[in-house]
Amino acid sequence: MTEAGGAPRHKTVEPWNDPGQSPYIQIAGVSKRFGAFVAVDNVSVDIFKGEFFALLGPSGCGKTTLLRMLAGFEEPSQGRIMLEGEDMSTVPPYQRPVNMMFQSYALFPHMTVESNIAFGLKQDRVPKDEIVRRVAEMIQLVQLDDFAKRKPHQLSGGQRQRVALARSLVKKPKMLLLDEPLGALDKKLREQTQFELMNIQEELGITFVIVTHDQEEAMTVSSRIAVMDHGRIIQVATPAEIYEYPNSRYVAEFIGDVNTLEGRITQLGTDFIEIKSAQAACRIRAGHGVEAPVGGAVWVAIRPEKLNISVTPPDDTSVNCMRGEVWDIGYLGNLSIYHVRLESGQMVTSCLTNQTRLVERAITWEDSVYLTWAPSSCVVLTG
Amino acid sequence: MADPQSNPVAYVSGRAATQGRVSGLHARFMLFAPYRWFHGMLSRTGLSSRTLVIMVPYLWLLMFFLAPFLIVLKISFSEVLIARPPYSALFEMVDDTYLQLRLNLENYLLLLEDDLYWKAYLSSIRIAAISTLITLLVGYPIAYAMARAPRQWRLTLLMAVILPFWTSFLIRVYAWIGILKKEGLMNLFLMKIGLIEQPLTLLNTDIAVFIGIVYSYLPFMVLPLYANLEKMDESLLEAASDLGCKPLKAFWKITLPLSIPGIVAGCFLVFIPAVGEFVIPDLLGGSDTLMIGKTLWAEFFNNRDWPLSSAVAVLLLLLLIVPIMIFQRVQQKQGGVG
Repeated sequence: MTEAGGAPRHKTVEPWNDPGQSPYIQIAGVSKRFGAFVAVDNVSVDIFKGEFFALLGPSGCGKTTLLRMLAGFEEPSQGRIMLEGEDMSTVPPYQRPVNMMFQSYALFPHMTVESNIAFGLKQDRVPKDEIVRRVAEMIQLVQLDDFAKRKPHQLSGGQRQRVALARSLVKKPKMLLLDEPLGALDKKLREQTQFELMNIQEELGITFVIVTHDQEEAMTVSSRIAVMDHGRIIQVATPAEIYEYPNSRYVAEFIGDVNTLEGRITQLGTDFIEIKSAQAACRIRAGHGVEAPVGGAVWVAIRPEKLNISVTPPDDTSVNCMRGEVWDIGYLGNLSIYHVRLESGQMVTSCLTNQTRLVERAITWEDSVYLTWAPSSCVVLTG
Repeated sequence: MADPQSNPVAYVSGRAATQGRVSGLHARFMLFAPYRWFHGMLSRTGLSSRTLVIMVPYLWLLMFFLAPFLIVLKISFSEVLIARPPYSALFEMVDDTYLQLRLNLENYLLLLEDDLYWKAYLSSIRIAAISTLITLLVGYPIAYAMARAPRQWRLTLLMAVILPFWTSFLIRVYAWIGILKKEGLMNLFLMKIGLIEQPLTLLNTDIAVFIGIVYSYLPFMVLPLYANLEKMDESLLEAASDLGCKPLKAFWKITLPLSIPGIVAGCFLVFIPAVGEFVIPDLLGGSDTLMIGKTLWAEFFNNRDWPLSSAVAVLLLLLLIVPIMIFQRVQQKQGGVG
């Protein structure tokens, strides 16, 4: 994996943009119904070898059901799941070359750490000395050397999480499924474990599919994110694309904070569009094309950190400039968040990095401020 | 809402109300005047409310287990008399100055010498052990099916298991006479389907005793097993399956080992009363079905030998206490896993 000459650790590999690559896992038109309830609704997505793929969405959006179909615990009502071109849809879980790390970890309480990890290898009748060797390797990988003989109830939450990870990795699956793997850990441990997960994934080269409702977690670990809602995939893209170019208001609002302003298209230029928004009380110029006619209703999404706040007016106050009054300030240490009430009554947020130590605020409560932004830093959404 | 004046809620001051289940019970008991008085008395002597609540079951055991047992123990060391009561006193005043304790060991010596009693004990244990095994084999699938049944069905199934208790135990055992006798339902059925030509002798055999015990004690096996299997995390079986373990093997590797506490509880709940069982062998067993319960009955009522029958009872109790202690050990060990 390592390259000569101190190359950066993370190469940008984008197999999904390479037409020569064939997908490793194909989810083709998969639906799952429980009675009248549609848990997964006609989902199609391709996952490539070595990816760290995240299924992100609020609880009840069908992401866990989709994961359980990949593991084989649920059979799709419709559609097919292919692994390396082979149809997996009806293969029982115990015959799939796929392993899962459960949200509850599901460690066998009557077995030691060692025998938990060795369980999968024993099922495959791997020779005894090889089992011993591979279990020892795994225990070392997840740094549990001192705990090999303990039982799950003698371990802390973080240690159990490592055992569960080791147990699901020891069989070298073609794909590892992780169901909210870090949900039970506290914030500090979770952040640390996220990076460990990424390192392990890189070291072993196994394709990971992770289910999470935590957008930060998905952004940190994954190569691509599928944002789900009500059983459907809304957008599949890299973390940066999802954040910077969301394809809908749902995605924009689910990932991070965003200001959305309603308006109508007044002019369609070659490399810009102009929008009139009553909420913003100004003309909005955006640098990105959008599939909508003049007069069509659109939403402009601007991230708070891309909104500049200032008490002095800019040169041109007619375009991409909103006036308002500072309503509230949130001081987070590294950032300050300004809640500004526009003249139209609409509230928007802007955040500034506190680059100098805070002695006296340049902008304070009830100040009249100007909010400006570059045409390239807002996104126009039609739905 | 009720009028606050008439609302019979006692406010319990201090930490008591916030200290968990035991204290919650204590808070409720405080509504009753005698308990309150008793509590006041005790707190003056320096006992906490926690000890007090724990004392309740101990007092219960003391009154209804230990006291009768001590009486039986006392009688077992006395001599048989033709009198009322039919045994001698242990303590006697001699010459108006000495308090004499006379322990008669003859009863225990007889139990050791006469092989009738040993055979009865061994036979009881054999019959109880075989019945327990059969009960386990019958009860496990029932409990398993109940625990895996759809949630809305479970309560109904649980009721079905408990339902026979609503009829008198004696009547249910009598009913088996009607089923098992020569011209009974069982023989009629077997002959009807052509499995046998001559009626079988079922009643008054050991087989009838096994059937009776298995039938009567099945709920005691099913209930603890059900309680154990029902709380088992199903994701464990999914994990086993995910790791390449087929369902049947997953049962042996995961479900069965994890249900051992339930198996142990069920087996003891069946085995212990079955060893001392009297009604079933008396009604369904033959004259050669030797069980200690029957021996005890014969000594007590036919021979009116209270001391000897008391000795039989004490020895039986000792034989049963050993398995109970093993059971408790196992439970304590398993307690950590739960």
